[in-house]
Amino acid sequence: MIINHPYLGPRDASEFVYKGDANLINRPNWDSKNSHQQFHDYLYLRDNPEGEHKELWYHEQGDRSWLIVTRNTITHEVLDVKLVRDVSVGKRK
Amino acid sequence: MKYSALKIFLEGLTGNKGWKPVWREPEPKEEYDIIVIGGGGHGLSTAYYLAKEFGISNVAVLEKGWIGSGNIGRNTTIIRSNYLLKANQPFYELSMQMWENLEQEFNYNAMVSQRGIMNLYHNDPQRDAFVRRGNAMKLSGAGAVLLNEKELRKVAPFLDFDNARFPIKGALCQPRGGTVRHDAVAWGYARGADSLGVDIIQNCEVTGLNLDKGVCVGVETVRGPIKAKKVAICVAGSSSNLMRMAGLKLPIESHVLQAFVSEGLKPALPGVITFGAGHFYVSQSDKGGLVFGGDIDGYNSYAQRGNLPTLEDVCEGGMAIMPMIGRARLLRMWGGIMDMSMDGSPFIDKTPIDGLYFNGGWCYGGFKATPASGFCYAHLLAKDAYHPKAAKFKLDRFRRGDIIDEKGQGAQPNLH
Repeated sequence: MIINHPYLGPRDASEFVYKGDANLINRPNWDSKNSHQQFHDYLYLRDNPEGEHKELWYHEQGDRSWLIVTRNTITHEVLDVKLVRDVSVGKRK
Repeated sequence: MKYSALKIFLEGLTGNKGWKPVWREPEPKEEYDIIVIGGGGHGLSTAYYLAKEFGISNVAVLEKGWIGSGNIGRNTTIIRSNYLLKANQPFYELSMQMWENLEQEFNYNAMVSQRGIMNLYHNDPQRDAFVRRGNAMKLSGAGAVLLNEKELRKVAPFLDFDNARFPIKGALCQPRGGTVRHDAVAWGYARGADSLGVDIIQNCEVTGLNLDKGVCVGVETVRGPIKAKKVAICVAGSSSNLMRMAGLKLPIESHVLQAFVSEGLKPALPGVITFGAGHFYVSQSDKGGLVFGGDIDGYNSYAQRGNLPTLEDVCEGGMAIMPMIGRARLLRMWGGIMDMSMDGSPFIDKTPIDGLYFNGGWCYGGFKATPASGFCYAHLLAKDAYHPKAAKFKLDRFRRGDIIDEKGQGAQPNLH
């Protein structure tokens, strides 16, 4: 698999470490009412879709950036790559 | 039809015209007591034990392709009971005992071959950890032998003992471990279940679960709806897809695991050997091919094929302990989809929906568990009570902090 890094261009997937579902950047609020339940769901439950999947990859053997990669889990085709920073900053706005 | 040496001899004399198909191809009935979704090893053994041990034979096994087309035909055929934790080890030892009696029980040659499994250790702390594991194995009755370097050199002289990076200092050996002809396990259970009245329905994909007031009352299939008093999911790899139909999320990610077979070679390996410093395990099949594998690819996947970096990594692991395989050519490779759970341990449990049961999350250790998984799942389905040796494999264990994490990796499925 080739991951098209926003800054570094096409890089081999073996330079990256896979973390999992991109929803892991949406950490629940610790002091919300049912935070116990929310943290259980956040940490342990996964959508695990067959098809398009947004996921976190860390460029460990490169610029050490965190990426959100949209990838097809049936064909392994990489459809879109974004920096996590851009996505999370966009959310705050 | 009972198989025997005499039967083979007589058929040989009469042109082998007397053999019959070993299971029927029935049309689905309108209703069953229990529907098992998934005609793999675990599903077929579940149906077999439901009929044989618990007297429930009004059972259908629904398979979307042909039986045994999933992970029961895509593994490296290793059986062992060398776990550490109390929630796991007695269960896997039950499975091992069931393997030892399996062929006589269902009158089918599954080529159970207990040539032993040897986990190599490369330094003192690892040896100490293996001593602890060996003691846990002994306590469960599985048996274990710690081999030092001298003893190991006698049984496996080809290993690279003086490797500069990972010298081999010995091994933890389970003499009862070994390999089994994996397809024959599926066929043997299918034949046994069919002869007890279970309907095995192939090419029958489940497309939906029928819920009535929160109770599961049957399934929708490509061949029409089928009613059932209980529905038992047993589709490792596709578990999340099935449970999504019931609106439930699982603590599971699907990952691809590759396995490899070399060309046929003269007998060289005494049993199963595993690398202690990387991830590599190998055995030699009766045809002579080296059957080996290593890590999962490490990213979510539903493709039954992997990528080349993992192949390279696995082969490097092999070369690190037995350089003699460097000239052997790779004959074939394949991939299977694993339910990787959040703590590396499986689930055999009821679901929050009445009438719907779940078996999955076997990570890449499901093959060895086939007999006990089917037996304990059948126990749960028939009696609505957990079998004492599979009582911890619950879906809500993360909520309760009762995780079963053999490797201590935490909620990171690709590291288990």
